[in-house]
Amino acid sequence: MNKHVKSPASEKLDLNRRAFIVGAGAAGLTLGYAGTPGLFGEAQAATAAAPAAAATFAPSVWYAIGPDGLVTVTCGKADMGQHIASTMAQIIAEELGADWRDMRIQLASNDPKFNDPVLGAQITGGSWSTMMNFDAMSRAGAAGRIALTEAAAGMMGVPASELVVRDSLISHAKSKKSVKFSDVVKSGKATKTFSADELKAIKLKTPDQYTMIGTSVPQIDIPSKTNGTAKYGIDTMLPGMVYGKVVMPPVRYGATVKALDDSDAKKVPGFIKAVTVDDKTGTTSGWVVAVANNYIAARKAADALKVTWDKGPNASVSSDVLLAEAKKLQANPDSGLFFVKTGDASSAMGSAARVMEAEYTTNINIHAPMEPMNATAQQQGDTWHIYTGNQFATRTGAIAAAAIGVDPKAVVMHQAWLGGGFGRRLDADMVVPAIVAAKDVGKPVKVIYAREDDMTMDFSRPLTFQKIKAGVDADGTIMAMQHDVVSAWPTARWGIPEFLTPSVDKKGGLDGFTVNGSDHFYTVPNHSVRAILNELAQKATPSGQLRSVAPGWTFWAVESMIDELAHAAGKDPAQYRIAMLDGTGDNNGGAQRLRNTLLAAMGLAGYGTRQLPKGEGMGVACVSSQERKTASWTACVAHVAVAPSGEVKVKRLTVATDVGTAVHPDNIRAQVEGAALWGVSLALYEKATMKDGAIEQTNFDSYTPLRMSQLPEVAVNIIANGEPATGVGEPAVTVVAPALANAIYNAVGARVRALPITADAVKAAMKA
Amino acid sequence: MPNLTINGRSMSVDAANDTPLLWVIREQLQMTGTKFGCGAGLCGACTVHLNGEAVRSCQTSVGNAVGKKITTIEGLSQKGDHPLQKAWIAEQVPQCGYCQSGQIMQAASLLAKNTNPTKEEVVAHMDGNLCRCMTYSRIQKAIMRAAADMRTASATTTERRAT
Repeated sequence: MNKHVKSPASEKLDLNRRAFIVGAGAAGLTLGYAGTPGLFGEAQAATAAAPAAAATFAPSVWYAIGPDGLVTVTCGKADMGQHIASTMAQIIAEELGADWRDMRIQLASNDPKFNDPVLGAQITGGSWSTMMNFDAMSRAGAAGRIALTEAAAGMMGVPASELVVRDSLISHAKSKKSVKFSDVVKSGKATKTFSADELKAIKLKTPDQYTMIGTSVPQIDIPSKTNGTAKYGIDTMLPGMVYGKVVMPPVRYGATVKALDDSDAKKVPGFIKAVTVDDKTGTTSGWVVAVANNYIAARKAADALKVTWDKGPNASVSSDVLLAEAKKLQANPDSGLFFVKTGDASSAMGSAARVMEAEYTTNINIHAPMEPMNATAQQQGDTWHIYTGNQFATRTGAIAAAAIGVDPKAVVMHQAWLGGGFGRRLDADMVVPAIVAAKDVGKPVKVIYAREDDMTMDFSRPLTFQKIKAGVDADGTIMAMQHDVVSAWPTARWGIPEFLTPSVDKKGGLDGFTVNGSDHFYTVPNHSVRAILNELAQKATPSGQLRSVAPGWTFWAVESMIDELAHAAGKDPAQYRIAMLDGTGDNNGGAQRLRNTLLAAMGLAGYGTRQLPKGEGMGVACVSSQERKTASWTACVAHVAVAPSGEVKVKRLTVATDVGTAVHPDNIRAQVEGAALWGVSLALYEKATMKDGAIEQTNFDSYTPLRMSQLPEVAVNIIANGEPATGVGEPAVTVVAPALANAIYNAVGARVRALPITADAVKAAMKA
Repeated sequence: MPNLTINGRSMSVDAANDTPLLWVIREQLQMTGTKFGCGAGLCGACTVHLNGEAVRSCQTSVGNAVGKKITTIEGLSQKGDHPLQKAWIAEQVPQCGYCQSGQIMQAASLLAKNTNPTKEEVVAHMDGNLCRCMTYSRIQKAIMRAAADMRTASATTTERRAT
């Protein structure tokens, strides 16, 4: 179903035969130039190699041990606060046998040798990183240990099989001899190489042998984030660098610059030039960069520029228009492509004892990471250097190249800590004005978006409209479900066919990242899901992947509807779910894990065990986010108090999540708590709207993520049952909104079907 | 050219008096621990101290900072060992970390006056600082831990003097 998600065992994983040399006096890694396949744009993608075919597998790139014994891990994943670099180091250290205090981390360039071993590209998202890199990092670590051990055996004159490796020390118990990793590296004797087959044949530790995995070691990056020394893209300083401030057009997308008058800007001291961005990649439209020798001057010059735009075709689009268009598309039986088609839902609907239908909506949401978008571009000879924190270096480097018409191999992406990612930095827009301006003025240019630019030009979570129709038997059991999902298609916008999912009837590629989650684990004998592209939204609100992506809206609909059906059948919503999580057919395994997780959350929350005061209620939801094949099994019991005004207070969220293997329990708690709070924020506090083709919210006064005073109690419970490690950055986002809505219903009998949930909507539903 | 006193050092800066202090600190003096977040005093990422008071440096002009003691995250402690910084590590607070300089500077101005704040006082003092990673509960715990450490240290000092 999700073509891009290849299991590590897949034969598509093209392991090359490059040998693996550990240590050997390495003093660090030279970061090479880019060599990306042309992963951008429709035209280029047609000739581009598939991501998997571009995969390389040279584990020596993942770390080097210096003569000082320090182990420097190079992380190919973007680190946006999920501490993935530290996690990669932890997995390597487990098998390598290194002392945690010897571990160091650095961030990779866009050199393909740092591509994800499963995905075959440098892309960070989907809560995929730990699950998809666990095996490769484990093998890289183990190979290092074997090479060091064999060298040490020679140095000590003892059999390698009698050596024990622990805390960067290789010891021989009988002779009481030992050598440090640093000694072996200095000797130059660690030269054993591993073919891909030999790497594959290494017997890894079993979980009972773990000494590092499952412990909450101190995150390596944290001290630098308490004293101001952690470097983000925005902190880039280059000799001779000048600054760019973008003048944004009055619509989100589709404007063109008709005239530019810089006469007032020229009066600003330090002003260099106004550069119109003729963006051949189509990433941006109608942007002008005011370039000056300092940022304040660039800002003043930007304010002084008089730009005349043709606002283009989207200038009358509003959120209301987008929703109306979505409803029209959904009503058309010919719209869209089938993501799920099991049995025959439409004829089964005819024999149902009762049919219910409901519509669910979500508004536009803005990523708004705390570090506004920025990028610095610098030319050195034929090479272009881009400094920016980015989640998709493979594509972003290629977009930068295309923006100025150079070979993608000429672009080196320099990664930094991301001041928040949340999917925003999967996009490439920020590199376009930087490289275009740098080429134009012949100097390195740092472009920094104002918060207003960042908000109004976000690749937002799209406005979504969903309709679910369900037919139940006399007992209330679901016989048929038809689910339509209408939205912009963020991933289709990338123009990379490999990221599209073929429809079940092979009629075309659909954006699976708009419907993941609708293929849930409940047993429904006749089930169909249509993915419907809202073309108008696609054009007017170029959307992106926002933390948790599709399951952030699909489970909003599914988990609300299941609750509605349970109440209609007079059954407890939790028990109703459990009965349908029976593991029939393809649901076997996943359904049981989800059921167990729900039961755990119910127990931990005391669901159904006590009488709550009037106006209070508990609601449940459970999800298989992110994708069916990459799920973390997550359940939530939300406890709310609803005032007569409709105001909702979240008293407590009890979250349980089955992650298989917990690499770093404290980090999992941090990620799940942050994700759950994103869930609260999106459910109650965050709403963006489009009017006249523009996003109306411009800063944190009008777009209002959760603040400390709105913090509910969140109890996070980890289930680690020995299955392979899953991801935790996103799934808990998706479980919260439906759990809250279901709790509100249980508290005051008000059913809300639109996000964000407002007091007015709750109050209106209470009266209804 | 205005003269600023930052982290105990006197520095001459090439900037007009109406320039926001933030951009002088970050781009001219290249002390990048202080972050740009919103440019409107709505998020707290740019928080520094002016004579010990937490202010938003994006809303503070160079002219207003002249003659005052400016402290940034780089100058909060000699070795990154202010009780709050130690507590931030002990509680493993930061995720992306971008807002945390501002959070720590904001919290430091509270603990400088009150080493025994209630939870409500902490929330009231910190509510202007956004954390998009939503590390709020750990921020609260770290502030309480640092406050307790400061009270203990202060009690120890007092005892030592007494004996």
